[in-house]
Amino acid sequence: MDLIVFWIMAPVSVGAAVLMLLQRNAVYAALFLVLNQFTLAVFFVLLDAHFLAAVQVIVYAGAIMVLFLFVIMFLGVDRREALVEPIRGQRGLAIGLGLLLAAGVVLAIGLGIGLARAPGPAPGGDNIEAVARVLFTDYVFPFELTSILLIIAAVAAMVLARRKARGLPDLADEAPAGREPERVP
Amino acid sequence: MTDLIWLVPALPLAGAVALLLAGKPLRRIAGGLASLLVGASFVVSVLVLIDLLGVGAEERTVAVKIFDWISVGSFEAPVELRVDPLSMVMALTVTGVGFLIHVYSIDYMHGDPRYSRYFAYLNLFVAAMLTLVLANNLVLLYVGWEGVGLCSYLLIAFWFERRAAADAGKKAFIVTRIGDTAMLIGIFLAFSTTGSVRFDEVFGAAGGLASGTATAIALLLFAGAVGKSAQLPLHVWLPDAMEGPTPVSALIHAATMVTAGVYLVVRAHAIFEASEVALGVVAVVGIVTAVYAGLSAIGQDDLKRVLAYSTISQLGYMFLAAGVGAYAVAIFHLVAHAFFKALLFLSAGSVMHATDGVIDVTRLGGLRRRMPVTAASFAVGGLALAGIPLLVGFFSKDQILAAAYEAGRTGLWITGLVAAFITAIYITRAYLLTFEGEPRSELHPHESPALMSVPMAVLGVGAVLGGLLGASAQTGRVQRFLGPVVGEPEAHAAAGALSEVGLSVIASAVAVGGIALAWALYGSGRVDWQALRARFGGARRALSRGFYVDDAYGALLVTPGKAAASFSASVLDTRVVDGAVNGIGRAFVRLAGVGRRLQTGLVRTYALAFLLGAAALVLVLVVRT
Amino acid sequence: MRTPIAFFLVVSALLFTIGTVGVLVRRNALVIFMSIELQLNAVNLTLIAFSRQLGEVNGQVLAFFSMVVAAAEVVVGLAIIVAIFRRRVSANVDDINLLRW
Repeated sequence: MDLIVFWIMAPVSVGAAVLMLLQRNAVYAALFLVLNQFTLAVFFVLLDAHFLAAVQVIVYAGAIMVLFLFVIMFLGVDRREALVEPIRGQRGLAIGLGLLLAAGVVLAIGLGIGLARAPGPAPGGDNIEAVARVLFTDYVFPFELTSILLIIAAVAAMVLARRKARGLPDLADEAPAGREPERVP
Repeated sequence: MTDLIWLVPALPLAGAVALLLAGKPLRRIAGGLASLLVGASFVVSVLVLIDLLGVGAEERTVAVKIFDWISVGSFEAPVELRVDPLSMVMALTVTGVGFLIHVYSIDYMHGDPRYSRYFAYLNLFVAAMLTLVLANNLVLLYVGWEGVGLCSYLLIAFWFERRAAADAGKKAFIVTRIGDTAMLIGIFLAFSTTGSVRFDEVFGAAGGLASGTATAIALLLFAGAVGKSAQLPLHVWLPDAMEGPTPVSALIHAATMVTAGVYLVVRAHAIFEASEVALGVVAVVGIVTAVYAGLSAIGQDDLKRVLAYSTISQLGYMFLAAGVGAYAVAIFHLVAHAFFKALLFLSAGSVMHATDGVIDVTRLGGLRRRMPVTAASFAVGGLALAGIPLLVGFFSKDQILAAAYEAGRTGLWITGLVAAFITAIYITRAYLLTFEGEPRSELHPHESPALMSVPMAVLGVGAVLGGLLGASAQTGRVQRFLGPVVGEPEAHAAAGALSEVGLSVIASAVAVGGIALAWALYGSGRVDWQALRARFGGARRALSRGFYVDDAYGALLVTPGKAAASFSASVLDTRVVDGAVNGIGRAFVRLAGVGRRLQTGLVRTYALAFLLGAAALVLVLVVRT
Repeated sequence: MRTPIAFFLVVSALLFTIGTVGVLVRRNALVIFMSIELQLNAVNLTLIAFSRQLGEVNGQVLAFFSMVVAAAEVVVGLAIIVAIFRRRVSANVDDINLLRW
């Protein structure tokens, strides 16, 4: 049962990722990313990480991707990339090195833990309870720190994206004008 | 209670932090707050002292560890405070005198534009000084040592708008730095030979050191003491330091910081005793400085500079005591000196306060009728300094001279008597010219307010009654209390022909003789001292310029230094250094002309390089396993 | 039979590589950003897989923190993109090349 779910979900996951790359329209790309994140949530369930599966769906596929779509709509959906790659050799090198990296990592996994080794016994008890116990005891201080990080991020986003208000300097508009963008041959 | 010792330096430190961060809003209460914290520090010290007195003499050394500070390999320098009789005597002196001077400053500095900052620095100084005396290892001691040096600099140059004050601050900082550097090397040497910086281990190992090593460590530490305590030849900064506010001179440059050198020698006496020559050097430097500075003090017209040279001279006395092995007596004189010299400085400050800054004794005179409290304070302080019987200075100075005599060092004894004679002359001269006779200028002085008079009165009582604490080198309370730390005072079999009473009589006679001579010259009216001044102009100038030591340093060090600096600035720097720098710069510009092509400005190019590195790393890891 | 942990790791490696290539070949800043999210997700999968292998939850807590940081990063990153877009009227990263020779 476990294995069957995995074999269904794995191609969907990788396929969604590849299709995300190939979309010229950013909205489609975002939707494929959502699909990919759903499959990841399924993997989390298979790995007995129920709490994170829920977080993945709610926070990632929900909140963050909505934010993405919002910005895409805000900036205009009809902007499409040209298919021609302006930097010479970039595309080939990227794909080649990427494959090399993937091969290296897979090799490392094979050498390290073996490709077919079954996992150890599932930890007993409630996953959410276990995560909560660790999170609010051993990691309570970092946990509180993340709240500060989120506040800073929220304030930073407001400062960065704000239009010029009366009497207040606008950081984005104050950036030095510099040279006009040049196309690289 | 002993565990609360950390409060003693922490309270003034808290005050310094608060006043530095919130000086403006706290301005109205800055003086009161700072005084209160130092007072609280004093109270805690007293409570700890009571605790200490409650246990046997042998259990009076307690180390209170506050936290681990530096711990690298075998090097351990914890922030650890040492509570023992020596550190408690010092802490009580610092907090006690410090408290009185804080209170005095409330009125003295009233209306200064940097009122809060003044008290912040003063509190910081007290905290650093307490760190210095309470530290239980050489590194923490050094922290306090540099801390008081910093505060001294900040406070001397407190009125930095005045060129002279700014220069004096720099001079103090740089001259003492010479000694501090030697001292730091001494600490390194102590650690590398004994393997520790903690007092117990370093001094415990002192007996087993090779004589040469012990001499080196002792002399290097002593060099630090010479700088901080303004002994020859590093004394030149202290007279100039009088540019600072007078309470600062009283606290830092008379009562506490400059005595740190004496404290260091006494604290490290085990090392000095392990060396054959170190103690001799200490004694000789001390006595030479005592005579030299005393003579210079006679030639000063600035009342504060008289007191500055007097301080140098008295510090020489303390080193003399330490040098002949009378450590407890040295510390007793330190405490006594803190009282009467702070009193003298506060009186001088009171004069300055009343005369709007006029401090030249040749322009003063007759102030006693207008400022009776100040005149009385100065008189008490002066008599104590001169060593008139039953005042505190008599006992401490007499014991030093007796110690020198009983150690069989007759030469030191006689020279010490000469210094005592000179002391009596200069302080009497200063008193007579300032407070007696007819006014020599159109000034309308007035007595100082109560907040200034009361601390003077308290210090005056201390200068009168302090002798009760240490009336004898063998049985005095302070000396017995210090016994476990510095070695029990020995009941000397009289090494010379004179008994103790005989020595006291001689010392008192010398002091009275000095006062009488000064009175004959400056107070009796039978000698025209202004005519004498003109007649012996050359000698007077030599004395007033401190035998031209400063000028010699100027000619030997400063002028060649400036010439070398201007040579290197105009020739060496433009041709050689700049040439090399520009040449290298040009070469790199050319090289960079090639390399900069890598910088396309395109994020994706950089990201590709990133991936290249990541892939290479993964492959390396795979191949290696 | 339970799925071997290595399978998840391989999927994770593939997703990560796809994300990497996406960052390198795409020019729309938003899509690049999505690719980075993909990479982060892949790493989270690895963390959780190892956490399962070791039978403890510390890895999951780490993944949790990584999600929080990713959320903060998305907020700031998107704000930067919006700010740049306002100035350049472009979301193409090749247009942002002031830092060059």
